[in-house]
Amino acid sequence: MGFLCNWCSYAGADLAGVSRIQYPTNIRIIRVMCSGRVDPTFVVDAFLHGIDGVLVLGCHLGDCHYITGNYEAEIKMSSLSKLLNIVKFSDRMQLDWVSAAEGNRFAQIVSEFTKHIQELGPSPIKENKTKTQCIDDLEAVKSVLESSRLRGLIARQRDLVTEKNVYGNQIPAEKFENLLNDAIYNEFVRHKIVIKIKEIGKSVPDIANEIGIKAKEVLEHIVVLRSRGLVDVHEINEEIPTFISIRGG
Amino acid sequence: MSSEDIRIGVFICHCGTNIGGVLDVPSLTDYARSLPNVTYSADNLYTCSEVGLTEIKENIKEHELNRVIVASCSPRTHEPLFRAICQEAGLNPYLFEMVNIRDQDSWVHMKEPEKGTDKARDLIRMSVYKAALLEPLERVKVAVTHSAFIIGGGIAGMTAALNLGNQGFKIFLIEKEPELGGLLNSLNKVFPSNEDASKLLEIIDMIESHDNIKLYKSSVIENITGFVGNYNVVIKQNKKTINIDAGVIIVATGAIPLSPEGYFGYDKKKIISQLDLERLLKDDQVKANNITMILCVGCRNEERRYCSNICCMSAIKNAMLLIEKNPNTHITILFRDIQAAGTDYEKYYRRAREMGILFIKYLPEKPPIIKKDLVDVYSDLLNQDIKIPQDLVVLSTPLIANEDSEVLAKMLKVPLEENNFFLEAHVKLRPVDFATDGVYVCGSAHWPADIAESTSQANAAASRASIILWKDQLEVEGSTAEVKTELCIGCEACIRICPYSAITKDEETDTAIVNKVVCKGCGLCGASCPKNAIIIHHFTSDQIRAEIFTYGGEI
Ligand SMILES: Cc1cc2nc3c(=O)[nH]c(=O)nc-3n(C[C@H](O)[C@H](O)[C@H](O)COP(=O)(O)OP(=O)(O)OC[C@H]3O[C@@H](n4cnc5c(N)ncnc54)[C@H](O)[C@@H]3O)c2cc1C
Ligand code: SF4
Ligand code: SF4
Ligand code: SF4
Ligand code: FES
Repeated sequence: MGFLCNWCSYAGADLAGVSRIQYPTNIRIIRVMCSGRVDPTFVVDAFLHGIDGVLVLGCHLGDCHYITGNYEAEIKMSSLSKLLNIVKFSDRMQLDWVSAAEGNRFAQIVSEFTKHIQELGPSPIKENKTKTQCIDDLEAVKSVLESSRLRGLIARQRDLVTEKNVYGNQIPAEKFENLLNDAIYNEFVRHKIVIKIKEIGKSVPDIANEIGIKAKEVLEHIVVLRSRGLVDVHEINEEIPTFISIRGG
Repeated sequence: MSSEDIRIGVFICHCGTNIGGVLDVPSLTDYARSLPNVTYSADNLYTCSEVGLTEIKENIKEHELNRVIVASCSPRTHEPLFRAICQEAGLNPYLFEMVNIRDQDSWVHMKEPEKGTDKARDLIRMSVYKAALLEPLERVKVAVTHSAFIIGGGIAGMTAALNLGNQGFKIFLIEKEPELGGLLNSLNKVFPSNEDASKLLEIIDMIESHDNIKLYKSSVIENITGFVGNYNVVIKQNKKTINIDAGVIIVATGAIPLSPEGYFGYDKKKIISQLDLERLLKDDQVKANNITMILCVGCRNEERRYCSNICCMSAIKNAMLLIEKNPNTHITILFRDIQAAGTDYEKYYRRAREMGILFIKYLPEKPPIIKKDLVDVYSDLLNQDIKIPQDLVVLSTPLIANEDSEVLAKMLKVPLEENNFFLEAHVKLRPVDFATDGVYVCGSAHWPADIAESTSQANAAASRASIILWKDQLEVEGSTAEVKTELCIGCEACIRICPYSAITKDEETDTAIVNKVVCKGCGLCGASCPKNAIIIHHFTSDQIRAEIFTYGGEI
């Protein structure tokens, strides 16, 4: 599946047609006005619906019809890619640039990406063995991307690193990067916990086991989640508390 | 979505054999009919022909269609036409969707008709599901100020000003220098007619005495706000601040010749630039018998990849003028490629060769070396080094973008290309427009242009601008963003992200509001809002998700 901006990449795809350049039939294109319109959750939704690979194509940097749209796309997709990396989906997504004059380049990107995805094989979400795990993972990624916490951070990234804040100091790009990486990872684990204990209450060691991280880490996240009102104590079994997600929290 | 009955009509085009020759159009038509909410489907030989269009209109009426889908070529070329047809048939033009099964299907999968047909089936299904969620949208109307603001008083800006001024519109022409004329002030005679540049500058008198043209010389732009039909510009002239209202803006800021400082030992005396030569010729001050000109100095290299378009012709012109003045002058032009396209320019170039001007091609990796009284150059053609006597070397440098073009582009909210020249909306279809409505570009501001090109672009920009200026009211695009106030937390993320400053804060409610006239519907704000409080009409999250889900299906 490909998300193409109207002005450059979609035009490039049209030009490939006008020039009769042949490429694999696998791609289905969704037209958006700008690559910056692509909400990262769209990409996750595509994976959740069994799509094997997603291309997001925009104008070359600096050439966006809406001036800064593709810079925004780059920022969004880089955070998305970090999250997808945790759940091993990141090499099924690619952001690239195609100008209206690059019919050839468009066809080449599609051909190479199709080949790449064919090498990876069908999405693990379509295999019984890995299905539930994938759904849980991707749902967690999606809910992180929907959370106002991360969206807010991403939305202000360009501002925070390029412009001085009210105190007159600028956040160095590197520092922001670290901050964002931590936030992305922590939020992912937290959302995953919430999903794991959606239906049944589970104890800290059990959760730690299922997710594959240290119990201490789980506990720290549970504390945060409780303070956000997302998780509460379910019951206490032989002095070991189990926790459960609060609906609508 | 209201509970009204959704009745979709799908029209599938053969485009002669362009589509029908590859894809199985009749089966696609049957398939479309089997999809939910599809009331009617048909195939047409040429949907965009009179017959095809009439058929759409008749079927909208007959089958009470309230959504129309055409599966054919590209929405980039044909959507406006089909939308207009829907409107004629009484259907809101935003209840129309297009599926690209030609440019992005039949033309690129010519050898795989079956798989191509499968792809078309998916694309049509996706579109049907999206169409069910389409909403009618209104185009907002705004009043138009019947005046133009023109930036730059070179030949391009003046030509545009005269054109619009003569049509009766009020013109505000701003020039940062104390005098009008731009680069032409420094030129001697101009190709291909070889008339005096000063002759062309007689237009200055017409501008200065024109009733409709208000001139601001030695002035700078401080700020630009507003939108098509209603721009407001603040300029400063001698510490005086002036406010100007204009319906359109034309950018004619030209370009500046690169100074050859640092190239080939440029010293302004024995090694000069082509611009220096123009001035010397004007004052009849050239005293040299063996002149070597080097072209493409500082361009078509890693730093500046482009060809500056005007330098070959300028060098040829000056070489001829020098020989006309003193037939004993020996002139050698060291070039990489000669750009002299078109009948006039090719004729001009031939004449130069006939006059005995020597043209030698040099390779960028073996540039000429200037020594005292000599130029050493390797000729690829002869495969040997040549020594040319010289007592004057003239360097042709490219025109480069103005230093302040970035500032100006930001104020106008228009893009620049990689060399900082202004970037048009579409290189072929809208060469003097910007994507931002009501802003136009002409002359060397857009790309190094000669005078003939600059004046034709100026007249083109003026006529594009007049389309707006002649109107009393404008309709602007209906697919814009809208903030759901009840969800907005006033975080201002969207305000900072919007490239057009279309969003402001309603101080009373502490929520964001979109100015529909300014918004371009790019969707950046919607994809960023932490609270998902922004709807991007016509590309709503629900509509895009419908396409994703329809294709992906359940797993
Ligand atoms: C050496 C040389 C020889 C040439 N010979 C020929 C020839 O023989 N024949 C030919 O056809 N062409 C020739 N040209 C090309 C010719 O000069 C250009 O085609 C022409 O100048 C383009 O006109 P313009 O109005 O676009 O730009 P310009 O002439 O550059 O005018 C732009 C004007 O805008 C003003 N301006 C810029 N920024 C601002 C701002 N922010 N606010 C207010 N005002 C601003 C500038 O001060 C200037 O007055 C030659 C060029 C060179 C360098
Ligand atoms: S509508 Fe498009 S595809 Fe159909 S005939 Fe016209 S150009 Fe061809
Ligand atoms: S980004 Fe969303 S929540 Fe923030 S001000 Fe804009 S509309 Fe409101
Ligand atoms: S859609 Fe684009 S132009 Fe419109 S308000 Fe949002 S960011 Fe601004
Ligand atoms: S319009 Fe192509 S990336 Fe913005």
